[in-house]
Amino acid sequence: MSIRDTVVSVFKQVAGDQGRTLAPLNDDLKLTDCGLDSLSFAIVVSSLEDELSVDPFNSADWVEFPVTFGDFVKLYDHSHA
Amino acid sequence: METPVLETLWDAVTRHGAAARRVLYDRHGSCTLSALAGGSLFTDLESLRGRCVLIATREQLATAIALVELDGVARRMVLCTPDLSATALAEVAAMAQADLIVCGAGEAPGAVPLEVRRLAAQPLAAPINRRASHATEWILLTSGTTGTPKLVLHTLHSLAGALPRAAPADERCVWSTFYDIRRYGGLQIYLRALLGGSALLLSAADEPPADFLARAGAAGVTHLSGTPSHWRRALMSGAAAAMDPKYVRLSGEVADQPLLDHLRAAYPRARIAHAFASTEAGVAFDVEDGLAGFPVSLLGEGRGGIDMKVEDGTLRIRSSRNAARYLGEGARPLEGGGGYVDTGDLVEMVDGRYYFRGRRGGVINVGGLKVFPEEVEAVLNADARVRASLVRGRRNPITGAIVVADVVLADAARAAGNPEAVKSELLDACRRALPAHKVPAMLRLVPALELTAAGKLVRPGA
Repeated sequence: MSIRDTVVSVFKQVAGDQGRTLAPLNDDLKLTDCGLDSLSFAIVVSSLEDELSVDPFNSADWVEFPVTFGDFVKLYDHSHA
Repeated sequence: METPVLETLWDAVTRHGAAARRVLYDRHGSCTLSALAGGSLFTDLESLRGRCVLIATREQLATAIALVELDGVARRMVLCTPDLSATALAEVAAMAQADLIVCGAGEAPGAVPLEVRRLAAQPLAAPINRRASHATEWILLTSGTTGTPKLVLHTLHSLAGALPRAAPADERCVWSTFYDIRRYGGLQIYLRALLGGSALLLSAADEPPADFLARAGAAGVTHLSGTPSHWRRALMSGAAAAMDPKYVRLSGEVADQPLLDHLRAAYPRARIAHAFASTEAGVAFDVEDGLAGFPVSLLGEGRGGIDMKVEDGTLRIRSSRNAARYLGEGARPLEGGGGYVDTGDLVEMVDGRYYFRGRRGGVINVGGLKVFPEEVEAVLNADARVRASLVRGRRNPITGAIVVADVVLADAARAAGNPEAVKSELLDACRRALPAHKVPAMLRLVPALELTAAGKLVRPGA
């Protein structure tokens, strides 16, 4: 599974668990418009840490907060590379 | 005539004059403080004199005004947080010995057997006697181990003793906060704004951060406060540039270095401060050097009326702003030895600076909200299939921590198989019984839990 597929599947899983409605995920979608709240994001980041063994938010190379879904995937793509 | 025993909030608000510029805004409307000189949200304020009042409004603006009106009038005000269940509200009412509940226009207070007062949406013009007759007790709610909130007794003095009373001389100051003002962190900002002579923009639950930031920008907010989690969410909204604050404040959670650096980049002209405060100990100190943690030089006695020390690895604070006590039967004393309050925050010194390392007793801080592991474990353990459970915090870069649970199943449940179904049913039970931030974000079934030599669960610092 590609990084993007993993990220998409974790977003869907967490949205389901948290009873939230996920907007259709595309690169330009703003994270704050995707339907997840802060707690759900927190769970997404921890789940991805378990799946991919990286936490880009704790890496020294982390330069900018992701704003769109595309930014978010890129953050993991770079950390995983 | 009775003489006021203490300066009230109304006295403090009117001392600065220019009340017409002093506006409280929320998402739906606003109210100038000058309107309260000749009007009230209550139809008969005088009849609340000496009463013990639960303030349980949905919107923050109604509470913001009720506090101004009732301080010095009511004997006791209880600031109810908006997430209280009907059961918890009834328990709070009983513990606080409330005899009246105040709710917003058109709101129903739920099944609480108390006299109900509904506030008007705007002050009703009427002659008002703002004479102070009571040193009003302010009761704040804080999380407890059992799921029933604990009641913490404060006074205006213990809440506001440390706050500056003078408005900045020649500049317009507009405060705002991501917090709800019915929680300690938000209440501090509310009092800062009112006592300091500035306007205040209130947040709303479920308001998208970009909308809030746009509102703050339009209202000319100069000072904005929130938890590190609030600020991360603001940065992730892409709308941080919608406002241009002079002062950025973080409290309620540990501020980490990456976040402080990102805020510095987003708001290069702002003063950026992270503050340490707790509901029980009051505000203790601000750090403005842009670095996480705090310098050792802050420890000691008599700095700004506050004494601080580190004992057994946790931070202890003594000041006149310590809450007086918890309310209710069997409430334990707040203070340990010598008037110091143990904050329960573990600190470690590295190169002349103290850094926060989690909480003693495993209390988990999820985005500024406290979670006691025992409260979640009680829900899990209530299921007959569970032999034991351990709930702990897992570090998280978005909310500081999330709640995770390890569960040992009883032999019969293990033999019956289908562990995934059991997990999901346990989580459903938690979702029914607990607010979202307390529900385990991850639940693992494990063969056994580690015990100490004394037979207690090993609780790692979260």
